[in-house]
Amino acid sequence: MTEYRPVHVGTVTKYVVVESFDVMPADLAIRGYEISQGAMIKETCFGLVVSGKPDEVDRIVEELRNMDPDHIFVKDRGFPPGDARRCRANLGGARPGYHGMEFEMTVIPYVSHGLEELKKRDAASVPAPADPLAHEALDVADLRKLIDAQES
Amino acid sequence: MAKVFIYPATSLILSDLVARHGHTPLSSAVAIRERIQTPGLESPPLQITPEEPKKGLKWAAVEVPAGVRGRMALYGPMVGEAEAAIIINDADLAFGCMGCARTNELIKFLLRQKDIPKLDLNYPKNPDEGVRFVAAIKRFLDELGGAR
Repeated sequence: MTEYRPVHVGTVTKYVVVESFDVMPADLAIRGYEISQGAMIKETCFGLVVSGKPDEVDRIVEELRNMDPDHIFVKDRGFPPGDARRCRANLGGARPGYHGMEFEMTVIPYVSHGLEELKKRDAASVPAPADPLAHEALDVADLRKLIDAQES
Repeated sequence: MAKVFIYPATSLILSDLVARHGHTPLSSAVAIRERIQTPGLESPPLQITPEEPKKGLKWAAVEVPAGVRGRMALYGPMVGEAEAAIIINDADLAFGCMGCARTNELIKFLLRQKDIPKLDLNYPKNPDEGVRFVAAIKRFLDELGGAR
């Protein structure tokens, strides 16, 4: 086994994912480059990857989020941008973890709608979502439909 | 500022909403970052070394596959320090091999055993559910208190 010497120690990396009609990843990238003071910024098809010292990254991310707060989402990333162990340029195919993000991108418009709506109304007045742990008994009408659908 | 465990631990939506409301999301990226920034022996791609399945013995018995124990070495400490948890129950994206599947079951079991505030949800499937989803998370996080 060989010795492992980490690079970019003490840095954090964050994804800035944009799902907006008004802001494109290129707009984010230009703004990011404008305000960056030494952070590494990479533009991707879905937004940006920002890497640097924690305070600097937080500052950039907060500034970028202000461009369209309800349509820009941020999450942590373990690897720095372009890391050969994760970057698809080295691996071929989508980056591991991209598929999860790809799925959530289909849900994000509903979340953005929720964030927009909650600016107009109080969260306390919104009914609770259905409890996923509640046991739903099979409705008699549905059971009859299933029975009727069976071949005799 | 509470530490909130999110499930799926890679969720962009949960990670963002928790941070947006002033709390700290406990996601897998944080655990991975810790490993890839620590010097040691090279063990690509995630720097999971043979030590990890040994650490995982704290949460899973020795006859449990090493894949589960190795993953628990990442998630177990985060479950331990979690002060609240948000769990999405229909997260098909967390699907994986038996190692992932059993680890997911064990994480959810440990979270349910733990005496902390928990919020169970499903992904929203239309705009109206989106409003309810965001409102439920906002109410839950506001009740935790201590937001940044």
